[in-house]
Amino acid sequence: MDMFVILLAIPLVSGALLTVAGERAWAPHLNIIASAGTFLASALLTVEIIAEGPRFAFGEQFFIDSMNVFFVALTAFVGMTTSIFSGPYMKNEQAHGRLSKPRLRLYKSMYQLFMFTMLVALTTNNLGILWVAMEAATLTTVLLVSLYRTPASLEAAWKYFILCGVGIAQALFGTILLYFAAERVLGETGNALLWTHLVDVKGQLEPAIMALSFVFLLVGYGTKVGLAPLHNWLPDAHAEGPTPVSAVLSGLLLNVALYAILRCKVLADGAIDGDFAGNLMMGFGLLTLLLAAFFLGRQKDIKRMFAYSSIEHMGLITFAFGMGGAVANFAGFLHMTMHSLTKSAIFFAVGHATQKVGTQLMADIRGLIRINPVIGWGLMLGTLAILGMPPFGVFASEFMILTHAMKHHPWATPILLLALGVAFASIFGKVQPMVFGETHAKQLPHAPAITPVFVHLAIVLMLGLYIPPYLTRWFHEAARMLG
Amino acid sequence: MNAGVPLSAQLINLFAAVILLLAFAMLAQRRVMPLINLFGLQGLVLAGSTLVVAVTTHQAHLYWSAGLTLLLKAMLLPWILHRLVRKLYVKWDVESLVNVPATMLIGIVLVIVAFNVAQPISLLSHTISRGTLGIALATVMLAFLMMITRTKAIPQVVGFLAMENGLFLAATSATYGMPMVVELGIALDVLVGVIILGVFFFQIRDQFDSLDISHMEHLKDG
Amino acid sequence: MSVGGFLGQLFAIALALVLAPLLTGWVNQCRAWLQNRSAPPLLQPYYMLHKLFRKDVVLARNASPLFRFAPFAVFGCMLLACAIIPSLSTDLPLAPAADTLALVGVFGLARIFISLAAMDVGTAFGSLGGRREMLVGFLAEPALLMVIFTLALISQSTSVATIVETLAHREIVIYPSLAFAGIAFTFVSLAENARVPVDNPATHLELTMIHEAMILEYSGRHLALIEWAASLKLYAYSCLGLALFFPWGIAERDNFLAMIAAAPLLLIKLGIGGCLLAAIETVNAKMRIFRAPEFLGTAFLLAVLGLLVRLLLEVRA
Repeated sequence: MDMFVILLAIPLVSGALLTVAGERAWAPHLNIIASAGTFLASALLTVEIIAEGPRFAFGEQFFIDSMNVFFVALTAFVGMTTSIFSGPYMKNEQAHGRLSKPRLRLYKSMYQLFMFTMLVALTTNNLGILWVAMEAATLTTVLLVSLYRTPASLEAAWKYFILCGVGIAQALFGTILLYFAAERVLGETGNALLWTHLVDVKGQLEPAIMALSFVFLLVGYGTKVGLAPLHNWLPDAHAEGPTPVSAVLSGLLLNVALYAILRCKVLADGAIDGDFAGNLMMGFGLLTLLLAAFFLGRQKDIKRMFAYSSIEHMGLITFAFGMGGAVANFAGFLHMTMHSLTKSAIFFAVGHATQKVGTQLMADIRGLIRINPVIGWGLMLGTLAILGMPPFGVFASEFMILTHAMKHHPWATPILLLALGVAFASIFGKVQPMVFGETHAKQLPHAPAITPVFVHLAIVLMLGLYIPPYLTRWFHEAARMLG
Repeated sequence: MNAGVPLSAQLINLFAAVILLLAFAMLAQRRVMPLINLFGLQGLVLAGSTLVVAVTTHQAHLYWSAGLTLLLKAMLLPWILHRLVRKLYVKWDVESLVNVPATMLIGIVLVIVAFNVAQPISLLSHTISRGTLGIALATVMLAFLMMITRTKAIPQVVGFLAMENGLFLAATSATYGMPMVVELGIALDVLVGVIILGVFFFQIRDQFDSLDISHMEHLKDG
Repeated sequence: MSVGGFLGQLFAIALALVLAPLLTGWVNQCRAWLQNRSAPPLLQPYYMLHKLFRKDVVLARNASPLFRFAPFAVFGCMLLACAIIPSLSTDLPLAPAADTLALVGVFGLARIFISLAAMDVGTAFGSLGGRREMLVGFLAEPALLMVIFTLALISQSTSVATIVETLAHREIVIYPSLAFAGIAFTFVSLAENARVPVDNPATHLELTMIHEAMILEYSGRHLALIEWAASLKLYAYSCLGLALFFPWGIAERDNFLAMIAAAPLLLIKLGIGGCLLAAIETVNAKMRIFRAPEFLGTAFLLAVLGLLVRLLLEVRA
């Protein structure tokens, strides 16, 4: 069997199955097994790609190369750990009476479908299908964000839908313009939206159209990445949705949207003389980074705060890819990986912590280390990791981005340092009393799944100390593809 | 002068102009039902323009697109919205945040901006209906304006769908159609989106006793 | 100036004078039919003019000479407008006297006079009507100008005769801009001629009336002239609209016979136009006076859209 077909089939089939039978006792297990199966398939696919090089699937509609297989593996991995985490978490929510059985069914089926849409978005070769998959990912997550059906969650979901709907419409316009440019070169064959064909002729694409197209694509997909000034949906959706959803939103969806931008950037760079696309991304990245850093200090809700932290990191990564070049791209990919793993680990810890304390208000969360040392340490270590403390991997990537910026764009360095400093002060100042401090809270009915937190943090730690050579090669190759 | 412009291009231009006009009419419309009807009409005109492109260029898949547009945007979506409005007993008046003449003036400015942005690209196009790209962009921007200025949920969604109409116009008339797979996918997404929103409306009304989005301003920073 | 041209011009003016009240009567009759009322006779406006001309003029004690002069000025302006507008032929001696912009000016002049006269006596209704008239005019004129600019862009000229000739001779090409301009022109005409939905010529309800409020103080031959001028204005606008948007069948030389041949077609077009006007007035309700700016704003918007669409879609680079 084709590993790629299996990769896509597992979430689709299990999503359909969970839609029908999501209330059975074995449904949570199916969710985990399916996610694990997806990860296994992705791992095997990665091995295959590394060994045999890029390949197509379903004609030329899907294309897997070293760049996206990296994202596929990451997505499947975080998807798996999140599903493991969500098992007890959702049971606790149910025990607290916040979720009913049909809602849990909805959650599980939408979760699998969300994974499916993201995997399609990552692997498709057709920029039109990429758009469709991104829109479908929005729709599934809208349902996930509004899962609690509280006024706040509905408001968050509505904002999310409308803002991302607008954004994704801009992206569609950008895609149409891209097709418009491509059609002039490739003719009216069905190939004019296939990325592999577009890359071959990128030098001949009309620069004026491509510039406009890239602006629309960046703004459009950038909305989903959480780039300022269209980032407003992100904190709300993260804070009001269930925590596993926050984890996959931050850890995966943002990455996939950024991946879409990167694919388009390759084309724009080829068509336009100079660094138009890169400069645009650097500008948006810096703006986002700065804005998020200063909003971090004003947050009262813990999930909101970490959502802003995600925005901040997305800004940094966008900036890194905007600088371009082998080193910056490498650092960008590394940082994306680190951020995904760390941020989802933090959300796991935060999820358990808020469940224990029964509130998301940071002022009311105190002394996690007493309630449950494991969660407390998990949150503390995760926070240290995301703040870029050595020896965690985030430090390595941030360090690379900073040094590269100093060398090539010295003007940006003070801004970067300022933003990172402000972010550090805000987050650390708030997490510290939450972890160490006086408290009285009772035990949870279902023991939390702590393993995912530490698996993620261990990987981040390991990558900070030592990046295996095949991973380096892989990152390098992906970075090279970006040019 | 227009000497030698084929009839099809004239028709497409006419349809595009009517779509723009309808976009303005929607912007000015205060009540929900006529708004939905205008949206349906826009879908109808869109289907007509797609059909003309299909007949002119003999692309089989564009016939499908035209049929799909007719079915989805001119019939199914307005029908769903009509049902929703009736089931939800939405208050009939839709107030606008900015008054209508001011909105119109902003709209005109947007159209000028859109035309200016699209002008250099239109000149590069080889299709006979190249001018429609500017109109499509203008329609998108007007729909966007409508989403911003409206405080009720249904008009916002109609604005969202009208935006999709503008994009579709860009895809079919200006570039003679995207690949069929993409169009199908887009149509499916729009349909699913509307159905999800329909479910959403009920939840919003249950929680807020109203479809007025201005009730939903509690999530703020700080 | 050839004798034929002179005769033709005289014929056009005479036709305007005769046809204008008839058009008003025809619109009234159509409207009565559409509203299931028994219609007044077609010639009712003539009877009224006849009656008014025989009556004595009653003047307010504080009326200034302007008040007495205004009806003649308004009537003169309208007659001049009717003479310039190519109702039957584009090649009339008076046609080069004014282009479309000047035509708008002529209408504006009449408006100034009638508003001043309305305020002259100092009654509340008069100044109220005058102010409302100026409001409508201030909004309608830009829209009308935009319509004219669109047409001028198409024909590369602001002369009425040239515009009409260009439009009449074009090959059958669909101009979306022309459609927009046409709708905008209809809106403006409704407002300028004090028709529903902006004003109601058949009512004297003080809260809503515009035109009727201005002429309350007039009587006798003055009123007759003003009523006649109002009919002429409707006729002028109808002919202008027909000439601009349905120009086929208008004679293009100052040939007297050709003009006579064109006359029946004009009658038919006016007849249909009158029916449509009556239909518009029947299906629409009079809007509140404060909605009138919105109505005219829409007209302006349409005209601007026409202009933009013309620039983007129809001008080939």
